[in-house]
Amino acid sequence: MSTVWGLYNYWIVIFLMMTGFYIVIARRNLVKKVIGLNIFQIAVFLLYITMGKVEEGTAPILPARDFQTGAELPAYSNPLPSVLILTAIVVGIATTALALALIVRIQEAYGTIEEDEILARDREG
Amino acid sequence: MIQAIDILVLALLACTAVSVVRMRSLWAAVMLTGIYSFLGAGWMLVLDAPDVAFTEASVGAGIATILMLSTLALTSTEMKRPAASPVFPLLIVGVTGAALCYGTLDMPHFGDPNSPIHQHVAPEYLKDAVPTVHQKELKVGIGNIVTTVLASYRGYDTLGETVVIFTAGLGVLLLLQGPRKAGGSDGREEGAP
Amino acid sequence: MIVHSILRIVAKLLIPYILLFALYVQFHGDYGPGGGFQAGVIFAAGFVLYALIFGLGAARRSAPPAVVESLIAVGVLIFAGTGVVCMLGGGNFLDYSALDHHDPQHGQHLGILIVELGVGITVAAVMISVFFAFAGRGRIR
Repeated sequence: MSTVWGLYNYWIVIFLMMTGFYIVIARRNLVKKVIGLNIFQIAVFLLYITMGKVEEGTAPILPARDFQTGAELPAYSNPLPSVLILTAIVVGIATTALALALIVRIQEAYGTIEEDEILARDREG
Repeated sequence: MIQAIDILVLALLACTAVSVVRMRSLWAAVMLTGIYSFLGAGWMLVLDAPDVAFTEASVGAGIATILMLSTLALTSTEMKRPAASPVFPLLIVGVTGAALCYGTLDMPHFGDPNSPIHQHVAPEYLKDAVPTVHQKELKVGIGNIVTTVLASYRGYDTLGETVVIFTAGLGVLLLLQGPRKAGGSDGREEGAP
Repeated sequence: MIVHSILRIVAKLLIPYILLFALYVQFHGDYGPGGGFQAGVIFAAGFVLYALIFGLGAARRSAPPAVVESLIAVGVLIFAGTGVVCMLGGGNFLDYSALDHHDPQHGQHLGILIVELGVGITVAAVMISVFFAFAGRGRIR
């Protein structure tokens, strides 16, 4: 995989990102927009994680045996993207919950979660 | 072999994402998002990130789905047919995607052990954690390097993230536990504890 | 109210193991995959399952909202408090080596365990109370 095809992981991740982006800009329903953001978000997580992968590597968790004896160890994948994304996932769900709570309040105030209807009601005053 | 799994999972991810776009029933879209999260978690496991896969499976497929379903129960489960034509959004998405793909041409190849990300900080973390002949004295000495980096090296970061979760939780409670607005309500106030 | 016997019995069997597994993930996070974030979410999932099967009232009785909401702050305070204790021990903020002067490695281990516990408590409490807030809000119309 020394040609340009070695980048296929990024391209599919970008495709997933753009799918989420499309939902966010083309759909008027607020819950659907949050779903789109979620898809976009997970694609970004995957982008980070693919960068941390080392060929023939293994998860960066030391087995107890090697841990004590210090025997020859295999190649480890990069732990840093895992750490960054681990926290990002939980922050992502917290902000998603906040967005959904706002949507619930919008539904209660306007009676709809379709963006154009909300804007129309705002223009009516 | 691993590459076949990669391609299979990525194809399934792409199919799921596209069917979420086409789905007009929000209920089905939420369920498909859960499947998408699970597939993402599966691929993360293949990519040697079990901690992240674990989190994604429990958070993305579990709690996120539950919260979205409870939102649907409070709003509506069908979305209206999109009025505007999809040409302009497709154009924006296409241009952005093409620009990003052009950017990847300079990226290191998938799994390349010599890529810059593996040269700079991570080797120090691994060196601190893995006992060698030269270095018997370990800095932290915990098997799971991800946990070590998360809680010790990047402790400030994690503290910040915890405060973000704290703040978001407070925000949700403030938005949803206040008294219901009198105008739109028909007197059902059992929600307030 | 419909009584789903199978769901109720299976949930009754599963919930203790879900909570136990959450505790395992929490305290074994330094040697295997896991840690505070995952454990908190799994712990919350146990309560969500309980609320789904046995009703929100029962879940609110077993996890009183006042307690859960104060636990949100307790988790953050445990995390930040560990940092302050490290400072009192003569180190920098969140420098766990200062927790045990004789064996810095042990101090690191202890610090990571406590900090992860703080994270776990906050995450679990936030997830449970967010779910209660969504589920407890009656639908208008």
